[in-house]
Amino acid sequence: MTTELSSDTTLLQARGLTKHYGHVVAMDNCDFDLRPGEILAVIGDNGAGKSTLIKSLTGAVVPDAGELSLAGERVHFRNPLDARLAGIETVYQELAVAAALDITQNLYLGREIRQAGPMGSVLRRLDKKAMRAGAAQQMADLGIRIQSIRQKVETLSGGQRQAVAVARAAAWATNLVIMDEPTAALGVRETNQVLDLILRVRDHGLPVVLISHNMPNVFQVADRIHIHRLGRRIALVESAHTSMEEVVAVMTGAKPPTSMHTVGADEIAVPALPQDKADNNG
Amino acid sequence: MTSPSSPSAAPPSVPQARVDELQQDAGRSGGVRQLLSGQVAGPLAALILAVVVFGLTTDTFFKADNFALILQQSVVVGTVAIGQTLIILTAGIDLANGAIMVMGAVVVGKFALDGNPLVALILGAVVCIALGLINGTLVSVFSLPPFIITLGMLSVVTAAARLYTGSQSYPIDAPLLTVLNEGPQIGGTTITYGVMLWIVMTLVITYVLSQTSWGVKVYAVGDNPVSARLAGVKTRRVLLFVYAIAGLIYAFGTWQALGRTPTADPSSYATLNLDSITAVVIGGTSLFGGRGGVIGTFIGALIVSVLANGLTQAGIDSLYQQVATGLLIVIAVGVDHVVRRRQVR
Ligand SMILES: Nc1ncnc2c1ncn2[C@@H]1O[C@H](COP(=O)(O)OP(=O)(O)O)[C@@H](O)[C@H]1O
Ligand SMILES: [Mg+2]
Repeated sequence: MTTELSSDTTLLQARGLTKHYGHVVAMDNCDFDLRPGEILAVIGDNGAGKSTLIKSLTGAVVPDAGELSLAGERVHFRNPLDARLAGIETVYQELAVAAALDITQNLYLGREIRQAGPMGSVLRRLDKKAMRAGAAQQMADLGIRIQSIRQKVETLSGGQRQAVAVARAAAWATNLVIMDEPTAALGVRETNQVLDLILRVRDHGLPVVLISHNMPNVFQVADRIHIHRLGRRIALVESAHTSMEEVVAVMTGAKPPTSMHTVGADEIAVPALPQDKADNNG
Repeated sequence: MTSPSSPSAAPPSVPQARVDELQQDAGRSGGVRQLLSGQVAGPLAALILAVVVFGLTTDTFFKADNFALILQQSVVVGTVAIGQTLIILTAGIDLANGAIMVMGAVVVGKFALDGNPLVALILGAVVCIALGLINGTLVSVFSLPPFIITLGMLSVVTAAARLYTGSQSYPIDAPLLTVLNEGPQIGGTTITYGVMLWIVMTLVITYVLSQTSWGVKVYAVGDNPVSARLAGVKTRRVLLFVYAIAGLIYAFGTWQALGRTPTADPSSYATLNLDSITAVVIGGTSLFGGRGGVIGTFIGALIVSVLANGLTQAGIDSLYQQVATGLLIVIAVGVDHVVRRRQVR
């Protein structure tokens, strides 16, 4: 159980991840650390390589080099199914729910429960009651307000739809949930609802990796911040011990990361700040 | 894992009453309410309205024999439209279904000439399924648009059936091949085995679509293929199966057609593709995929036959039947458009 690990152990760790697309170096000797029970924000400029890093954690991209370990064990994700089987679920930026299906069908899509006995094994009949009960419990556990578990997702607001996507991820993730800009398509009020939900997922014991462009949102929920620049992590800081200005300055290269109060600096080798993009990539 | 639950013992942050309410709601079964809600209610109302109007305005319409006739007249379109429904639910379309069915018929006709009719029927079914698989492969593996693929198939298969037969028809006389046009006397009229088969197939596919995980996947693929794939649904495999199963359903259409008209004619049923699409659309299935079902299609096929039959009984030019059908298509598509506009914000 993830919650039994002490807070200084690492749940998901990456070392030296590298990925080339032709001449483009999308990931350049990149490290990553996620602790149990934390919300870790991953921030960085457009093109910094955040998505490539996240995709290698979810099996959508196979790195050219580097290693990944989950709860201390080496893992190799060759496709998204591998990561999912390892207990890693992902919420995508685009509202990735099926609008014409109801909440229950969305929560159980691809993981439906069949009835016991010959009704299930021979006639392949779904146990809709069990699934609706499970879905109702999950929505209630996460404090997501809906009228009925049978509501089609198209009758929900954008925030509620994303909440369904988060609930699905939280329901099936046994290790961690990754969210790639989950609030990018939402308004302020709905964004806050989803941020609250992210906190509740964390409080239920699931660590969350949150990719976001929105600094106030990041500081609102994140325990630690992973700052990504030119294909690698250049700093890992506690949000309580830093400021938005500082983080943005480091993220954009205006300030060297060595100026920051980095977490666990002894175990994390902070690379020298690249002086020139072209030099660094060449 | 058998049910979703967060790996924690933290108490729910929602009042227990709320949880109970949701759980109660979860426990109630959908059943008839669900079946009659949404897409089926409109077509059913239209069917009942048409029946009542023709019943009141003509003396010959409201007779058991006439109802039996209407069912028999609907059976070929209705059967083929089941396959069409599956494909349209995945946001596809099949313009080649009539041609595939006719190809099946001429294969059966040719092999039944001096062979075993059962073997001929099975060979016809194999041909239908194989043609469905070709459609399915092109659509799923190569991600080509169903409209174009099946338009091409329509051309190729229609020509192939004529080349194969030298544009000849084959008489069908084996009892096995025409058995679907026979049946027991029920309530003073004959209900054919073909009609029974059509009803049973509609119920079986309804079960598959509404009660199995494969059915949920068909809707999910048609509604939002990206989210389906992200949720781990093997969307290509689902599509391939849909087209193959549609091929099998067209093979049953072949059998029905040979019963209705005991001739395997390569130039018959030239408008069956559009007729089946008409039944599907009037039956309330969305051309955009993800919404609808085969009970609606059953009703849609009946509506078309009732209009044809009733207007004939009323002595009205059959061209008006086409006008009425056309209007219904426009209404059905309009309703679907409004529903989707209202719900997809
Ligand atoms: N599939 C791909 N093919 C080619 N180049 C890619 C691909 N994915 C990412 N890149 C390149 O890698 C770099 C990092 O991209 P990405 O990981 O998407 O950054 P971010 O998510 O931080 O904006 C960019 O220069 C991008 O153009
Ligand atoms: Mg990105």
